[in-house]
Amino acid sequence: MVRISRRRPARPAQLASVTRVMGVKAIPPAARVYIGCALLGAAGCVLPALRPGAQTPWSAVALLAALYTVCELPTHCRLLGRALGGSAPMGAGSFFPVLLSSALLLPPSAAALTALPGALLARVERRPAGVRRAWRTAQLVIAVWAAAMVAGALDGRLALGGGPHHPDFPYVLLPAAACALTFCLVLTALDGGVRTAAEGVPPRTAWRGLGRALAPHAVHGLAGLMMAVLWRSTYGPVAALFVLLPMYISCWVFAQYHREHAAHRATIRALVQAVDIKDRYTRGHSERVGRASVLIARELGMEEDRLEVVRFAGILHDVGKLGVPTRVLRKDGPLTPEERRIIELHPEYGHEMVRGIGFLGEARSAILHHHERMDGSGYPYGLSGAQIPEFARVVAVADAFDAMTSTRCYSRARPVEKAVAELERCAGTHFDPRMVRALVRALDRYGWSSAVTADEPRPPETDVPPTRTRTPETRPPDPAPPGRQTPASGPAFRAGDVRAPGPVSPDGAVPAPGHAPPGRQAPASGHVPPGRQVPASGSASREGAVPAAGHGPAGARRAAGQEDRAAGGRAGHAAPPRRGRA
Amino acid sequence: MRAGGAIPGAVRAAALALTLAGFASTLWNGVDEPGHALAFGVLIALGELARRGALPGDREPAPLASAGALAYALLGESAGGGTSHGVLQIVAVVVAGGLAGLVPHIARGSGPDLDHLARRILSVGFAALCFQPLYNAGAVTTVLGHGPSYALFLLLLLLLTALCDAVLAALMLRARKGYPYGPLLREELRALLGIGSAVCATGAVMALGVAVAGLWALPVFCVPLLLTQVSFRRFTAVRTTNRQTIASLARATEIAGYTSPGHARRVAALSGAVGRELGLSEPDLTVLEYAALMHDIGQLSLVDPVPEGATALLPAEEQRRIALLGGAVVRQTGVPAAVAVIVERQADPYHEQPLPARIVRTVNAYDDLAAGSACGALTALERLRLATARDHHPEVVESLARVLARGDGAGSIAPVPPG
Repeated sequence: MVRISRRRPARPAQLASVTRVMGVKAIPPAARVYIGCALLGAAGCVLPALRPGAQTPWSAVALLAALYTVCELPTHCRLLGRALGGSAPMGAGSFFPVLLSSALLLPPSAAALTALPGALLARVERRPAGVRRAWRTAQLVIAVWAAAMVAGALDGRLALGGGPHHPDFPYVLLPAAACALTFCLVLTALDGGVRTAAEGVPPRTAWRGLGRALAPHAVHGLAGLMMAVLWRSTYGPVAALFVLLPMYISCWVFAQYHREHAAHRATIRALVQAVDIKDRYTRGHSERVGRASVLIARELGMEEDRLEVVRFAGILHDVGKLGVPTRVLRKDGPLTPEERRIIELHPEYGHEMVRGIGFLGEARSAILHHHERMDGSGYPYGLSGAQIPEFARVVAVADAFDAMTSTRCYSRARPVEKAVAELERCAGTHFDPRMVRALVRALDRYGWSSAVTADEPRPPETDVPPTRTRTPETRPPDPAPPGRQTPASGPAFRAGDVRAPGPVSPDGAVPAPGHAPPGRQAPASGHVPPGRQVPASGSASREGAVPAAGHGPAGARRAAGQEDRAAGGRAGHAAPPRRGRA
Repeated sequence: MRAGGAIPGAVRAAALALTLAGFASTLWNGVDEPGHALAFGVLIALGELARRGALPGDREPAPLASAGALAYALLGESAGGGTSHGVLQIVAVVVAGGLAGLVPHIARGSGPDLDHLARRILSVGFAALCFQPLYNAGAVTTVLGHGPSYALFLLLLLLLTALCDAVLAALMLRARKGYPYGPLLREELRALLGIGSAVCATGAVMALGVAVAGLWALPVFCVPLLLTQVSFRRFTAVRTTNRQTIASLARATEIAGYTSPGHARRVAALSGAVGRELGLSEPDLTVLEYAALMHDIGQLSLVDPVPEGATALLPAEEQRRIALLGGAVVRQTGVPAAVAVIVERQADPYHEQPLPARIVRTVNAYDDLAAGSACGALTALERLRLATARDHHPEVVESLARVLARGDGAGSIAPVPPG
């Protein structure tokens, strides 16, 4: 079962590298020495301000330091949370306008001092906390000091004006830009150094984040400049505070964005999981098909955002199985033609389900057409050749490949070579040869592993013996007596009540004019198998597909795989499958 | 439109009158400080252009234009020198800039919300009316000088303007939708804390920035607000996507034949309307919407569907069992835990339920009874009323009756966006 991590601590990604370094538990000696040196350097930056007679502007230092600390404190911000519904904590170490404005306003060592309390008190997300805290402090102090040095060298403090003197625009933009750039460079350099020392990352990769970090630092630099200008003006520090509000809100909203994004990923996983629950043969199948689809698409040279879409197409290609009655999916024994027709409706069900999800784009037609074949013998529309959408051709190959290489109850996994040979045999008739070749090339290059993340953390499923056990979470408050029948057998049930399986409208399911053969009909009520009206015998429905419930009896799983056979002897399933009873 | 329909008309008429007066006066008297007028006009036009890509859920689609308009209304000094533009000129510049920025949008067929535009004109006029006569008479600088109290005075004025705007917005929403006034006003005030406060702060900062540094302040000082706009937009986008995905998950039960087509969507829309009627806040309404969409998802765990998907007709124990199964599924998705609680408790007696669960229970029962051809709408309501001893909360049933009488439950069901 996929573990859903709600409320992953979120933070502005570009600026948070400070807290992300040192992913190892035991800190190697080289890193210790490096951090020690940084601490010494930071102390060297701060000390001149503490000497007697240093003329440090203490009130400004105290105000700015307090401001930075307040911004960095791990607040959940209830007031704002009500405005958007829910609140996630903001990331620490990402609020730099205050530091940049103090670098512009104050002499270097005094500016370095303002970073000290905030960096020491802010939240640390990973352990070892003490070392990380010390390292972050040293890093920020040195960066602010360097930025203030550069700003001072360019006469930034003079250009800001002050009191009745007006700031020297546009010249003052130069020290501000130099200040932000220095700050960004020093942070990235120190970060890269500690990565190299602690994790053995090659120095070149350590610099890779620089490009992405520049733009946010430029924005923070502008905000810092505004703060500094207003701070020096007759309106005083109060006016400077106004600048922080939009910055603070945007940082906070960014954290909420990450929270919502994680929630969305979880929802997609839940969709996939719901399919896994109904069709237990194919655990992990969706995720692997997504992966194989990306392999093919990347080999075809698709762009990054299309790769993401093709991944979703692969992951969600069987989502329509949610619409197929569980009784048919799990049927024990051969399928009747009627049941086969119902199972073959799953691409249309899937398309009907996801057509409201805007971001899926092309993936929706891939879900509709992933059982089409190149020679036109597939379903639902019998499209052939280039009529089949590109993504659908990709997903069809990935689907067949994973079906062959993964172990199912009725058939053992085949080696990759055999599966590839089978795919190549059917290329041109079933599959697009271009996609098959792309998959072969990708397999040569990257290899294939069938492990999925869905395999890893699912203790309640693998540990529970295959009996009808329930976890306490899903246990009803008053367990029904053992002899109780399913709801369908209750008095509310009316025999002969045949209903249409779903609102599959013809216009909704047809992707483009001219794609559908004229004779095609929307699924009608006649598709419902007689089995659906029969009251369930015994407590079959009670072992329903509760996510946390144990596996059903192994025999019940068999029929699910028949969809693959119903798909018309998909590459290599010609031999009758072995039915392995547990 | 019912009794409140006069208010939007009056607001639009007032905005139009103010605009015409502004243009007439500006044409007659000429423009004071044309450089500033041009700079702010361009800023507002650019802010309107940045409206592009706004989603329907955005509260403030063009924050930069709003902030620029407020800053121009509160502009006193510029780089040390005074200014002398009046209220009517401010209105004229704001409208001209806004219209210039809107032309591409109108050409593409996505015109702005006229109510929103009228409100902005009125609130800018209000802010200018509070500030400019005092400033031009010299009263502001003599009393407050150029210190921090001047900055605080600007902030106070902006706060007042925002409050008036919120009151107006709630009034107009009430007139258009017929929801109770109190919760609407609360929602508007709450929204002020989000992008609204960023707009106000930027307006004040720009006015002060121009006072200190001249027109150079405009391009520099609008950057943080642009960042805020981008953040809000990304947030809205991902939230919309999430909502669509949840709706799809909810439709799984329909496609599987467990529930009647459109049931989840109808229950969600009607629950939202009842929730508003009962004064739920916006975040609570979101939770309610998700719960209503997914309330039947427990049926996916059944091997055989319930006839007609009408859980309301099942024995109570069975209903609760399905509800618990549904809660277990909902916990797997990324929605807040409160949603799962509502889904789990939808079949409990109403005394033990939280309010959103009561709403979902009642609306679901109504839809099962009314849409499942068991009986008509009135008979369904009557049956709900008869069950108010244990199953349905009387107040919720009455709210539902009011919503149905108004007819906005069925009307507000948004069609599924085309693929």
